[in-house]
Amino acid sequence: MQRRALWRLAPALLLVAANAPQLVPDVSQRDIEIQYSFTGADLLLFGAIVYPDGVRPEKPADIVVVLKGPEQSITMREKQKVAGIWVNADRASFRSAPSFYAMASSRPIDRIVDERTAAIYELGVDKLQLSPSSLNESAELSRFQQGLVDLRERSGLFVERPGTVEISDGVLYRARLPLSARVIVGDYTAETFLVQDGRVVAAAVRDITVRKSGFEQFMATAAEQWSFLYGLTAIALAVGMGWAAGAIARRI
Amino acid sequence: MDLYLPIANLSVNALVIIGLGGVVGLLSGMFGVGGGFLTTPLLIFYGIPPTVAAASAASQVTGASVSGVFTHISRGTVDFRMGGVLIAGGVVGAGLGVLIFRLLQYWGQIDTVIGILYVLMLGGIGLLMAKESIQALIALKTGKRVQARKRRHHPLVAALPMRWRFYRSGLYISPLAPLLLGMATGILTMLLGVGGGFILVPAMLYLLGMTTQSVVGTSLFQILFVTMATTMMHAMTTKAVDLVLAMLLLIGSVTGAQVGTRLSMTIRPEYLRVLLALIVLLVAARMALGLGWRPDEIFTIELS
Repeated sequence: MQRRALWRLAPALLLVAANAPQLVPDVSQRDIEIQYSFTGADLLLFGAIVYPDGVRPEKPADIVVVLKGPEQSITMREKQKVAGIWVNADRASFRSAPSFYAMASSRPIDRIVDERTAAIYELGVDKLQLSPSSLNESAELSRFQQGLVDLRERSGLFVERPGTVEISDGVLYRARLPLSARVIVGDYTAETFLVQDGRVVAAAVRDITVRKSGFEQFMATAAEQWSFLYGLTAIALAVGMGWAAGAIARRI
Repeated sequence: MDLYLPIANLSVNALVIIGLGGVVGLLSGMFGVGGGFLTTPLLIFYGIPPTVAAASAASQVTGASVSGVFTHISRGTVDFRMGGVLIAGGVVGAGLGVLIFRLLQYWGQIDTVIGILYVLMLGGIGLLMAKESIQALIALKTGKRVQARKRRHHPLVAALPMRWRFYRSGLYISPLAPLLLGMATGILTMLLGVGGGFILVPAMLYLLGMTTQSVVGTSLFQILFVTMATTMMHAMTTKAVDLVLAMLLLIGSVTGAQVGTRLSMTIRPEYLRVLLALIVLLVAARMALGLGWRPDEIFTIELS
């Protein structure tokens, strides 16, 4: 009896959910192909905020968009000066370091949400959950995390663009995020969060696929699967070109 | 002109890489060296992952030495027997190099070891070359002749058992000596992406005591085959040979090498040697700076 009563309650709960605003997100490109001239891509993340009954709240809501790449298991090493020479002295391993992370928000993130909420939703490069798998002290771990963020930011793999999400009329939003040429292939996700009064009130996800195509795909597969033939081709190419250049130079 | 490198996983300016290959090729044509000692550090400096840089630089050295080998064969200045022993050693050395590479990678010390090897090798040989070539320059200016060194192999070499006759090299020594020498350069080729001509030529002259005429041809002959073997081993084990990168480097370097060869005929060899010594010392100093003063990066990431 009780269970049945609960079932009757369910539509009512849904009704409450329907009263919350919803997000209808999209991205300019769902399929990114890496080709010979690939120098990165500029992704446009846009969409609409649908308020129940079309009533906009008095206080404008905020939007945060996060573009995340496949997670990797990594080992980081830190150089220290030992006996006058810089050598790798310390190490730490992380099970889930995103290979790519880009975030844009309508205002600086610390003014939209508090620390805890930011950590829960991984909003910001310093809030990423890397799942350390080695036994380092927490001070050490945060040093490594800073090192990772610094390295990836400089190669364009970690991007933070606070205050770049434009919201027009309180219902349409758009943001631009750069996808570096160094991205790896795999499944990416574009998450959009609607934040009101420091709480995430709606979230939506779109999937993006990054893959090599044509010649680049062929080369990557060839190097991996037909490595002997691939090596032979490299050698033949080198010998052929060296010989040809010599032969041409003798004629001139 | 941006071009995506499918194995290195990044896009580079094709013209910069071709230019880089061209400069290295120019040097290799002028001085008769492979130029790998310049390519690998320059590629790493440009942002190519170190393993991909070393693996692809090896095939560039192959391309740069091909036409030189043909020229030397037609002049009869290649000692095939000596070359064969050196190549056998080189291939074994490259195989050992793969094991060492893996071991060092496991310990996380690969970049430090590569750095130290570069500094010691280039620094030592650069200084040796600078000293000799400056002496030669002084002799040229004052008109005095440098006393020719007496050609003799090292007493350690003479102590090795089992002797073979190497006619073109003018030697009657144990094949173990060139075999070990070949192994040492094979390891270097695998680890650093260099041809090893730098080590090989002085060692053949001063340790083995080979005749000067056949030294360059024979070392080029060895380098050609060992870099081919290294490329293959990289393709099979590290899978880090980037054909697009190698192609760009080759376009630059084979052209540069031909220009360099012609240029070298118009400049006095004494000046050339001083110049080469300076370049070598410069690269060594740059590497030493990274080891002793401040590395390019404190942190490194590797997939596990």
